[in-house]
Amino acid sequence: MAEQKKTITFIIERQDSPTSAPYTQEFEIPYRPALNVVASLMEIQKNPVTKDGKKVAPVTWECNCLEKVCGACMMVINGKARQACCALIDELEQPIRLAPARTFPVIRDLLIDRSVMFESLKRVQAWVEVDGTWEVKDAPIQNPYTATTAYEISHCMTCGCCLEACPNVGPQSDFIGASPSVQAYLFNLHPLGKFDKEKRLNALMGKGGITGCGNSQNCVEVCPKNIKLTTYLAQLNRDVNKQALKNIFNK
Amino acid sequence: MAKNKIIVVGGGLSGLMATLKICEAGGEVDLFSYCPVKRSHSLCAQGGINACMDTKGEHDSIYEHFDDTVYGGDFLADQLAVKGMVEAAPKLIKMFDRMGVPFTRTPEGVLDLRNFGGQKNKRTCFAGSTTGQQLLYALDEQVRRWEVKGGVNKYEFWEFVKIIKNKDGICRGIVAQSMNSMEIKAFPADVVILATGGPGQVFGRCTASTICNGSAVSAVYQQGAAIGNPEFIQIHPTAIPGSDKNRLMSEACRGEGGRVWVYRDGKPWYFLEEMYPAYGNLVPRDVASRAIFKVCVHMGMGIDGDRRVYLDLSHIPADYLERKLGGIIEIYSEFVGKDPRKVPMEIFPSVHYSMGGIYVDRRHFTTVPGLMASGECDHQYHGANRLGANSLLSAAYSGTVSGPEAMKYCKEGKQGADLTEAELEAARQEVQAEYDKIRQMNGSENAHKLHQEMGEIMYEFVSIERDNIGLDKCLAKLKEILKRWNDIGVTDHGNWANQEAMFVRQLRNMILYAMAITKAARCRDESRGAHAKIVLDAQGQRVTDADGELQFMPRNDERFMKTTVVTYDPKTEEPIVNYEEFEHSLIKARPRNYAVAKKE
Repeated sequence: MAEQKKTITFIIERQDSPTSAPYTQEFEIPYRPALNVVASLMEIQKNPVTKDGKKVAPVTWECNCLEKVCGACMMVINGKARQACCALIDELEQPIRLAPARTFPVIRDLLIDRSVMFESLKRVQAWVEVDGTWEVKDAPIQNPYTATTAYEISHCMTCGCCLEACPNVGPQSDFIGASPSVQAYLFNLHPLGKFDKEKRLNALMGKGGITGCGNSQNCVEVCPKNIKLTTYLAQLNRDVNKQALKNIFNK
Repeated sequence: MAKNKIIVVGGGLSGLMATLKICEAGGEVDLFSYCPVKRSHSLCAQGGINACMDTKGEHDSIYEHFDDTVYGGDFLADQLAVKGMVEAAPKLIKMFDRMGVPFTRTPEGVLDLRNFGGQKNKRTCFAGSTTGQQLLYALDEQVRRWEVKGGVNKYEFWEFVKIIKNKDGICRGIVAQSMNSMEIKAFPADVVILATGGPGQVFGRCTASTICNGSAVSAVYQQGAAIGNPEFIQIHPTAIPGSDKNRLMSEACRGEGGRVWVYRDGKPWYFLEEMYPAYGNLVPRDVASRAIFKVCVHMGMGIDGDRRVYLDLSHIPADYLERKLGGIIEIYSEFVGKDPRKVPMEIFPSVHYSMGGIYVDRRHFTTVPGLMASGECDHQYHGANRLGANSLLSAAYSGTVSGPEAMKYCKEGKQGADLTEAELEAARQEVQAEYDKIRQMNGSENAHKLHQEMGEIMYEFVSIERDNIGLDKCLAKLKEILKRWNDIGVTDHGNWANQEAMFVRQLRNMILYAMAITKAARCRDESRGAHAKIVLDAQGQRVTDADGELQFMPRNDERFMKTTVVTYDPKTEEPIVNYEEFEHSLIKARPRNYAVAKKE
């Protein structure tokens, strides 16, 4: 067993530009205990040579914190969308296959463009309409149980795993995905944020809104922060329906 | 009238706070960042943010927070600046609360407080153990709101390369490069604020994100901005050592009752509690790191003789841990594969934070007119050692100073002549030429390997314990590395998302910054806060006392209760070290000793 682990083999799906065709390259790096996928890509940077000895440009990817908090290094590892920094080599089957999350436009290699998610946060108005950064008075007391739910959802790092895994996000549908939708739910929980609850629910009606969710449950399976996405999507769906009825009767 | 245009570089807590303040004052911000600002390094802060809320019946006071910060910083922080910060802290917490930060609450729904190092009262507000993430998100959301309203233009995935000065030497813009298209562009502005964070990557492995390379700070240092107190690098006592990074285990572990120990004669030895009875496990970071280093390196008592000690939470009820420390327990379990609820964690100190940075006045102006700095990249607030949970505070607070001061400066019309098209284009071309040259580098060195080597040298000579012979050696080696930089070969000669070429440019800046840190450490012949210097005898041997204890130079207030001011000499590329007086009239300097309760 120890003998087999002396090197690690990666098959990496590469792409030189947004419009060029993808291709794969194989890399081999020395084994080290506690190695993860990002640390392995860093090893490749130090010696960007393929398994068959060809000197190539180092693999391009995005990473920052390496602690599973920033959301930057999401990619598809052995077929599953996840953060590369906490993908431990010891727990992965070899050869390890890395690919970009193709739900999003590829910029280069494993580097993708997730700006659509940040645009969706604008759509659902994922913020509290505070008057300003100045002092107003004491902030309202909050129910600690509701605050615990808010804390759970507020871990969402906009990594995009749930969009990559969702069968309804992509060219076939406009669904904005679980992550930005559930942010609307988060702000509807806040004692000040809930003043704009109707705006957020209305923003989730129509094209790309909550009806795009096909309840496949994939999102909750892949969420690296274990946010109960499907639970909140269901509650949100109910809230949106109620709002739709209210809109009809209030016309 | 056209709005005043302010460039903010960096979208962490400080940059975003400054951005909001500028928008509210009617200005317009061009916001530059390596990444979507929501992924900035502020989110790695775990344990909390200090503010005197006094909701635990301990009669905490703003003065006590003030004194703890100044004492913790070993009397090297500007006391008026610190006073402003601690006074504003409770107001900032209320602002964050209104914005929706999910702070951890007591059963009656008010903000809970926890203990933190170097402070006797509960003063640390927190959101589980992901406080930085939650604070950053709140500001990110508010900035997004301004993006929609108009007022903020984001340039995410753009790298700041240098500032542009007008004919009178006033900073009036920057040159930046798209990290995808590699387009290089000059951007004019009325004022430029750098909020680019710390230089952790200068040490290679550290608790910082990969983007915290100090490159922007070094760039403006080379363009005339002075650096203050760069030798004060905080080594955090409790991190999980790793080959790619050292992952932080928050001070909140100890704040919530975690104990540090190693085996002695087959029994746990709680050495911090024994050495520092008054503060125990909650001594400040510099003190804890030195003690762990001593136990492992000098006494050879680390776990299995290795450089590790135990940080133990296993005696604390699991549901309490989950509620208070959930996020970091997850980090440890995930990356180490062991459950801290059941077994003690194994940790060792790691480079964590820079107290020093770009030299600024209390309004956050640097020595280059028109250029400001705020957040970890400035030198303000922490003196020789930062207290835990004061960094989120200083980051947010500094933004509330730099933003409005930038607007005030514009309104006073101090920005002088606009940059001409020719000046903008000349600056752009200069950067373009440098970049094209890097892209063609064909030498034999690999930039990432060279970076690793530099980090190892910096750890060896400029971390927990320093001595003058080591520092001289380090400087010589850094000069050699700077020379070897010229012999780098890049494998990616392309012009699309060329991360390698960008890294090569950053690396040169990092080397020059490393030289500033090392030279400043060499010149300061005393021990103060995070800077601990060992006495050498005439033969260059380390001096020990009768018990074999290493002798450190004492704090020398007469010579060194001064701010280190480092400037760049363009001819030799070397740092020039000077000292300046600072404001310390409010609290008289006294010896710092955490073995006994603090006396005022």
